[in-house]
Parts: sequence; C-alpha cells; structure tokens
Amino acid sequence: MINSSDPMLDPIIADDAEAMRRLRDQLVAAAEADQLLDVAYRTVDSPVGTLLVAATDQGLVRVAYEREDHDHVLQGLSELISPRILRAPRRLDQTARQLAEYFAGERHDFVLPLDFRLAHGFRRAVLAHLVLINYGRTESYAEVAAATGHARAVRAVGTACATNPMPVVVPCHRVVRSDGKLGGYVGGLEAKAALLALEAGRPIGRDTLSR
Amino acid sequence: MLRAIVYKIDDNERPFEEIVAEHGPTVLRVCRAVLARPDADDAWSETFLAALRAYPGLADGANIEAWLVTIAHHKAIDIVRAQSRRATPVADVAQTRSATDALETSDDGLWAALRALPTKQRQAVAYHHVAGMSYAEVAALVGGSTDAARRAAHDGIRALRSRYHNSQSSTPQKKESRS
Repeated sequence: MINSSDPMLDPIIADDAEAMRRLRDQLVAAAEADQLLDVAYRTVDSPVGTLLVAATDQGLVRVAYEREDHDHVLQGLSELISPRILRAPRRLDQTARQLAEYFAGERHDFVLPLDFRLAHGFRRAVLAHLVLINYGRTESYAEVAAATGHARAVRAVGTACATNPMPVVVPCHRVVRSDGKLGGYVGGLEAKAALLALEAGRPIGRDTLSR
Repeated sequence: MLRAIVYKIDDNERPFEEIVAEHGPTVLRVCRAVLARPDADDAWSETFLAALRAYPGLADGANIEAWLVTIAHHKAIDIVRAQSRRATPVADVAQTRSATDALETSDDGLWAALRALPTKQRQAVAYHHVAGMSYAEVAALVGGSTDAARRAAHDGIRALRSRYHNSQSSTPQKKESRS
C-alpha cells in the first residue's frame, strides 16, 4: 500500500469510509445512467447459504453458491462478459425478492428475464428443458437426455447440470438419478436435498442443513 | 500444436468493483489534497466514471493506480479551469478555496495547509506521499525532472510541517512510521 508517506500526513491518509460509500453509490447510479454497468451483482442470504446473483442488461446471468467462491465467480464474469462489474443491489431487487419468496415456500415459479449467454450448445438446450420441470417434480438424467433428443447423452446432461450458471432459478436440483439417488449438485448434496424437501412441502428449517 | 499459453489474470480483467474498493480511497485522498470539498468529491466521481468507460481497453499490465491518479489530475485541472472561467482568473487552486475551506470540519487544518502549498509542491506531496507514486511517475505526470519532483515533495513537506505545526503547536507529532 502506501509506503512513502510522512507520519505527519496520517490524519488525511485515514480512510473516509462514509464518503467512499456515498461516492460508490453515486458511481453506480451514474454508470447505470451512462449504460456503463455491464454486470450488476449483489448477494442474497438464503437457507442454503449466501447466494451471489448477477445480471446483465438482458437479465439474470449467474447465481452462485458460496462453495463456488464468489470472488472467483466475479473474476470469471469479468473475463467472460465484461470487467465493467459493480455491486448494484437495486438492479437485482426483483431477483432477491423472488428468491426470498421461493425459500419461504410462497413462490413456485421465477418470473425473471434470464440471460443464458454463459451456456452454449447442448448445455444450453438442457437448461432450456430444465425450466420446464415443474416445482415439486423431478426427472432423471436419462429422461432429460431423452427430452432433448439425445437419449444417450446422459452424462452430458449431468455435466450441463453441474455447470448450470443459474442454479435454484434454473432448477437443475430437480434432476436426480434413475435409481432414486440424488446425483450431484453444484451447491452440494445437502442443498439439493433441502431444495427438494422445500418443494415437497417441508420448509427449510435452521436445522435442515448442518453447515 | 500447442504453443505455450501463459495464462495470468491481468489487472484490467479484474471486476471494476475491486478496482474501486482497492484504489478508491487513495484517489479520494489525492482529490482532496488538490481540491476542496465538494469539488474533490466531484473530481473523484468524474475520475471513476471516465475510468469505468475506458477500463476494458486499458493496456495489459498497466499500473492501475497511476492511471487513476493521472485521470484525477486532469479532472482536477478541468474543474479549476471551469471555475476560473466563471470567476476572476486566479493562478492557484488554493486561492480560490478559502470560502469552502471554512465549511470543512475535522482535519481541515492539514488539508487546508496542503492545498495552500504552491502548485508543484502540492501536487508532488499529493501524488508521491498520498498516492504512493514514484518521483519518476510524478515527474511524468506534472512535467519536469524526477529530481525536481523529489525536491518539490521535500520542500512541500517542510513547508507543511512548519505551517501546520505552528498552527497546531499543542498537537504532539506522531512518531511511528508506517510499514
């Protein structure tokens, strides 16, 4: 950091945190007005941990669990979409509210514009099918493969689910193994079990997850 | 065939949010060292909005903080010029600031003393001691030689010490040095 300052200057080198918050908020507003905010993000507390949510001007583009490492996720968005990224909670108010309603068991469908630009080809086709699986229902990896017209691409369906850029909202947790086992989940198996329990009418309590 | 692909995270591929968090406070100190509030805050806002606009095209490996301070330097000059066009022309930023200085609180003595320095000294102290730029970077920004930048910073600190401590003689000087 600063290594050349004179001790006399210490009083003015002290951070003015209140001013920084105010100026940062003004910067976000000015950036939005000038259309310079390519990716807005915020975090949302949930029963399955803190979720990072990010949106472009096209819509929600990323939902990330803590175990994905939020700093790492933002770095990825910077490289894949644009480095013009700022924490801008207001652009994600709708997303945050719908997630809160979902986790309270009050919302069965997300009504949000979605930006699928982070998924390509077959993976994108799988995600397009996932949004058609209703709340409280599950399909097997094989059923999803068949539904996308590639019945033998069962493992590729697993990969598409594992790399789903918008877990929870694009419900890859509703895809389970044919033998009834859970399979994998980007948010961890406890989170997958918790979401399926929630959708089966058993709200996620504090004790559900031993985190 | 595979050529050697060296993958590294260039500073300018980092999310701009991190750039604001990391360099915002330093740039604010620089702005306040050369301008009084609220002009300093305006200069900060204009600096970061211009930086956000140019950020994706910034050259790999650029020194982000020096780049930001350079933008802030030019924004500060623009603000002073705009004011001097509106008001009676004056040579020095500090001379236009006495009215707003009176409105400030807390460590204003030191801020005001800093802004009261002659332009070259004020810039050298702000950019070297507050922003942490090297004397060579300061010289490249404000013109003149590296030695001249070093002398201006030394003279500025000496002047500041005599003026500020004369007005605050009861305040003991902090002795600890920062790492």
